[in-house]
Amino acid sequence: MFINILRSTDKRPGLNPPLIVNMAITVIALGFLFMFVIMPLIIVLKEAFSAGLSLWWASITEKDALSALRLTLLVAAIAVPVNLVFGLAASWALAKFRFKGKSLIITLIDLPFAVSPVVSGLIYVLLFGLHGWLGPWLGEHDIQIIFAVPGIVLATVFVTFPFIARELIPLMSEQGTDEEQAALSLGASGWQTFRRVTLPNIKWGLMYGIILCNARAMGEFGAVSVVSGHIRGETNTLPLQVEVLYNEYNFVAAFAVASLLAGLALVTLVLKSIVEWKTKHG
Amino acid sequence: MSFRFKESSVLPGFGLSLGYTLLYLGLIVLLPLSALVVKSSELGFGGFFKTILDPRVLASFKLTFGASLVAAAVNVVFGTIVAWFLVRINFPGKRVIDAIVDLPFALPTAVSGIALAMLYSPNGKLGIFLQSIGIKVAFTQLGITVALIFIGLPFVIRTVQPALEEMDRELEEAASSLGASRTQTLTKVILPLLMPPIITGFTLAFARAVGEYGSVIFIAGNMPMKTEIASLLIITKLEQYDYAGATAIAVAMLLVSLALILLINLFQSWSGKHLIR
Amino acid sequence: MSIILRNISKTFGDFHALKNINIEFQSGELTALLGPSGSGKTTLLRIVAGLEEADRNANADILFDSQTVTSSPVNRRQVGFVFQHYALFRHMTVFENIAFGLRVKPRDQRPSKQDIKDKVNELLRLVQMETMAGRYPSQLSGGQRQRIALARALAIEPKVLLLDEPFGALDAQVRAELRRWLRKLHDTLHVTSIFVTHDQEEALEVADRIVVMNRGAIEQIGSPNEVFHCPATEFVMQFLGDVNVFHGRIESDSAIFNEVVPLTEGRENTARLLVRPHDLTIQSTPGAGPALPAKVYRVLTAGPIVKVELIDRHNRLIQVHLSHDSYNHTMVKLHEEVYLVPRESRVYANNDAWTGAYVI
Repeated sequence: MFINILRSTDKRPGLNPPLIVNMAITVIALGFLFMFVIMPLIIVLKEAFSAGLSLWWASITEKDALSALRLTLLVAAIAVPVNLVFGLAASWALAKFRFKGKSLIITLIDLPFAVSPVVSGLIYVLLFGLHGWLGPWLGEHDIQIIFAVPGIVLATVFVTFPFIARELIPLMSEQGTDEEQAALSLGASGWQTFRRVTLPNIKWGLMYGIILCNARAMGEFGAVSVVSGHIRGETNTLPLQVEVLYNEYNFVAAFAVASLLAGLALVTLVLKSIVEWKTKHG
Repeated sequence: MSFRFKESSVLPGFGLSLGYTLLYLGLIVLLPLSALVVKSSELGFGGFFKTILDPRVLASFKLTFGASLVAAAVNVVFGTIVAWFLVRINFPGKRVIDAIVDLPFALPTAVSGIALAMLYSPNGKLGIFLQSIGIKVAFTQLGITVALIFIGLPFVIRTVQPALEEMDRELEEAASSLGASRTQTLTKVILPLLMPPIITGFTLAFARAVGEYGSVIFIAGNMPMKTEIASLLIITKLEQYDYAGATAIAVAMLLVSLALILLINLFQSWSGKHLIR
Repeated sequence: MSIILRNISKTFGDFHALKNINIEFQSGELTALLGPSGSGKTTLLRIVAGLEEADRNANADILFDSQTVTSSPVNRRQVGFVFQHYALFRHMTVFENIAFGLRVKPRDQRPSKQDIKDKVNELLRLVQMETMAGRYPSQLSGGQRQRIALARALAIEPKVLLLDEPFGALDAQVRAELRRWLRKLHDTLHVTSIFVTHDQEEALEVADRIVVMNRGAIEQIGSPNEVFHCPATEFVMQFLGDVNVFHGRIESDSAIFNEVVPLTEGRENTARLLVRPHDLTIQSTPGAGPALPAKVYRVLTAGPIVKVELIDRHNRLIQVHLSHDSYNHTMVKLHEEVYLVPRESRVYANNDAWTGAYVI
């Protein structure tokens, strides 16, 4: 196969540029990706382990880092299932039925993608903050949402809101309702139809949505940064912990924590490739 | 004809699933967003424009939109080349390279932020080299653009790549059989057909860049009037308890994003009408 | 312009798409390349166009008017190629599509704007699409797209017109209409044309000459009458129209069909008698000449002809086509033993036409 390197994927004569052009394209493409993608990744790993494995280990098992890890896992453990249930309900209603106003709802579901992370945090501050709509009432009843865990969860749910639904809606629309109708005609109940017919048909799309949703939930920075209050050991997620450590010039610790998140990103990419491969090849 | 909200269907669960969808959508998305609208209306037109037209805010807008535009343009050029490489050229390990393209989507922005800052800082790997040829990246507008190129990188690639894959090679054969040279085939047939995905990718990259925060703030330096992006200014205003000011900036940014999305949808339906085979 | 192909072979990996093809296409003729899918007909057409390269071989050559074009690329060959799925440029109007070949000519050969306009309008008239110049391909029907694809190919005044399954993607009615139209167009233009088809009816109706291909080789070249009435090989006979096959064996220089032979897989010493359904007569008695016994299984009278299905001694289905008139005279009854008399038949043994004696 190595004799094909740099040759065009399609071998028909007269259509393909000469080898030298392919070489130039390859050099530019790989150079660009190396500069902007590979180098940042390498630098994270290099800096994280620059002071040795033991210091890396110490950095990620330090008290505040562990608490940030716990909070990050907690937030993802709430945000992903909540958006999963929503994604299933929304795609069932929107993909399997025809009714008026459907496209408006689909547009609204995509809305959080159009809102920048900082603004996503801001809207919850406006709603629940001390000077916000519900702030005074919450204060009287001693409930804290902003600068506390509930705010972080809400902001994360908001930014990851569309991931699963927008993966499932087109998939389920494309699959139509024939199989569900067949199942019902064979005597299955609604729930059995969903579990035995619909769910197996969308499992890879669902996985894909969950993977992307989880990656964003664990990695969200801007929105969480606005609502968190940055209280060490209490309201810092892993990305926020990275920021705090970096701003204290504790680069080794910052990159050690960052390397955990980079690892998460790599695992996400691998899973994503596997799911994409599975969808393509059945 | 009588008005029917929903066409009849034998499938169960419509009421429950739609009800839940609307409730959840309302509570999580629409209610908080309406807080933004209400808060900005408290400002009134005068207050809104007074905030927006403040020199510091204007400078941040100019920087944010300018750098986003440049970054998206850079991504159009290089993204198209990368997409071409991924589709049209044989290369070992292409599947790994293909997967790596999505890294900017998967890597938490804070991580990319500190990585880019470290890489381009005056004593960083690339920083030293660039400094030696007189280019300063970290803590400049160039640095902000670099970060925005990074986070917008996958968009153009991921819109152009499938279009290029699905492009019927018969079209190129047809052009060739009609006497067109390779360059003519590229400029008159291939690139015009790739324009819709390229424009879509550009818009998506631009929209993402405008709202970006995490990957920018570490490399930006955050000097008011010089390297302070709009998102950061919102946070600064919030920290000063200037909710109204923060809201005004947020609304302005949101309007731009929504306008962009509207534009992209209009464009897609227009090009869809003409360009379906 | 005449086209000569010499020693053309093409392999894709282990697959031999074309095996040493030698053929000459006469100037001004409309030739059909006919064969099943995988017979190599499209590959041959694409090699003529220069869209595909034949295997490199010292003796291989492609000549346009006795000038070799083997190494000239597709964009220098001046061939008009009409693609199966039209390959119209969807970002260009009908006018721009047709003008494309003129606009990409080198500057010193490029016609003026007015000349291009005149030429395109002339072609639009020729394909009867004058009113469609401003439309986009997405706004046209399949048949209209096909005409535009043809006009676009003709714009460069090609030395040869190549059409790949030109009617393949159209529905039956449009197909028949476009078929007649293509024949008429060829009679006005007289440009050497080759078209690929898997539809024997299409080839018989449109072409001056038919090249029947199978498994990368040419089975027969001839006029529609020749290939239909004098098929050179068993494949040609089977491919052009319905045919009944009776199995027999070779025994001392003669082919025997009058007894039950076990249907073994090997073709050694086996013979096949091929008769078209309309070349069989049904009789209630054996009569004087050779006749094959069979049992009436089903009779279909709804249609322009009567189709009678019978079962022969090997339990194989036999089809007989009768006119309503002769059916009324024959008095065929269901499940009745009858005798089939071939008016015209061909015998093939061991893959070749059998010229010796045979007994039915």
